[in-house]
Amino acid sequence: MSAFDAAVGQEVSNRLERAQGHIARHAAGALASKRIIAGYGFWIFLLSDIVMFSAFFAAYAVLVDATAGGPSGQSLFNLGNVGIETTCLLLSSFTCGLASIGARTHNGFWFYGAMAATFILGATFVGIEIREFTGMIALGAGPTRSAFLSAFFTLVGCHGLHVTIGLLWLLTMMAQVFAKGYRADILRRLLCFSLFWHALDIIWVGLFTMVYLMGVAQ
Amino acid sequence: MSHTEQDKHSHYADTAPGDESLDGYEAAEDVGTYLIGLGLATLLTLVSFFISRTTLVWEPSIPVALAVLAIAQMGVHLVFFLHITTGPDNVNNVLALAFGVLIVLLVIVGSLWIMAHMNHNMMPMDQIMQMQS
Repeated sequence: MSAFDAAVGQEVSNRLERAQGHIARHAAGALASKRIIAGYGFWIFLLSDIVMFSAFFAAYAVLVDATAGGPSGQSLFNLGNVGIETTCLLLSSFTCGLASIGARTHNGFWFYGAMAATFILGATFVGIEIREFTGMIALGAGPTRSAFLSAFFTLVGCHGLHVTIGLLWLLTMMAQVFAKGYRADILRRLLCFSLFWHALDIIWVGLFTMVYLMGVAQ
Repeated sequence: MSHTEQDKHSHYADTAPGDESLDGYEAAEDVGTYLIGLGLATLLTLVSFFISRTTLVWEPSIPVALAVLAIAQMGVHLVFFLHITTGPDNVNNVLALAFGVLIVLLVIVGSLWIMAHMNHNMMPMDQIMQMQS
């Protein structure tokens, strides 16, 4: 056997060894932790929720001019209110992030404080939205007035419903951390909750742009 | 960070959406990430509200500007709040997101496109009335 053959043989066996090591490490990594599986599964759910919202967005965009002689968005929308709502939701997204940091560092002051702030901001958002809805209905611009208003109440109301459910979930998570501590399964639920809350803010970005800002700019 | 250490972080394990990918965990650094996100999102929101009522720009460009600003803000939220990154530990999350975006675009653009054509091809209402009488 020549020196060249020996060198090639050595190189081949070296590569084989490295490849085997690589595969072994991958096999070990293939068992994802429960936190990753839960987070990923919830991420898939959130994306399907966003797909559902896209159908409501599409319906709104198609029906936005179908006012049937009734009021249009330009006369109904109050951008001052929308600005406050947007500020509330954006700040609550931030405080929700702080709460997840507090939970990971097991810091009760940060966790409960940030969760309480998130709840107050979220509840303010829902309160302003309910006031807006009842004001519109009192003006005779309820969901039955025109196709535009049906689509408006469905889209914005569905988002408001999500925020309301999120608020209930938030209180549940505070109670669970209080009763059971920062256990791994509780932290997984908390991860899903913060994903949910951040996703609601993303939907609100699309909503205030397409419904309110474009409605007023027309 | 040495190469092997980086290897350990990025190559085998995936990261759950919403989690920071580094496990050498610094709370202060994480607060910084959220603060940057909050600042950028606030800026984009303010510009959106300003653009919607301004007379400074050419009017037909306003909806396009609003759409671009909204998409930018969604990107900011995804990166700084949901921690969706282009890193190798985030491939699964990004691919799921890409599929979601595809469906959203198909539903919204497809609906608008088809309904605009149907509106265009529909007979005006008064002519339908005449045919019925």
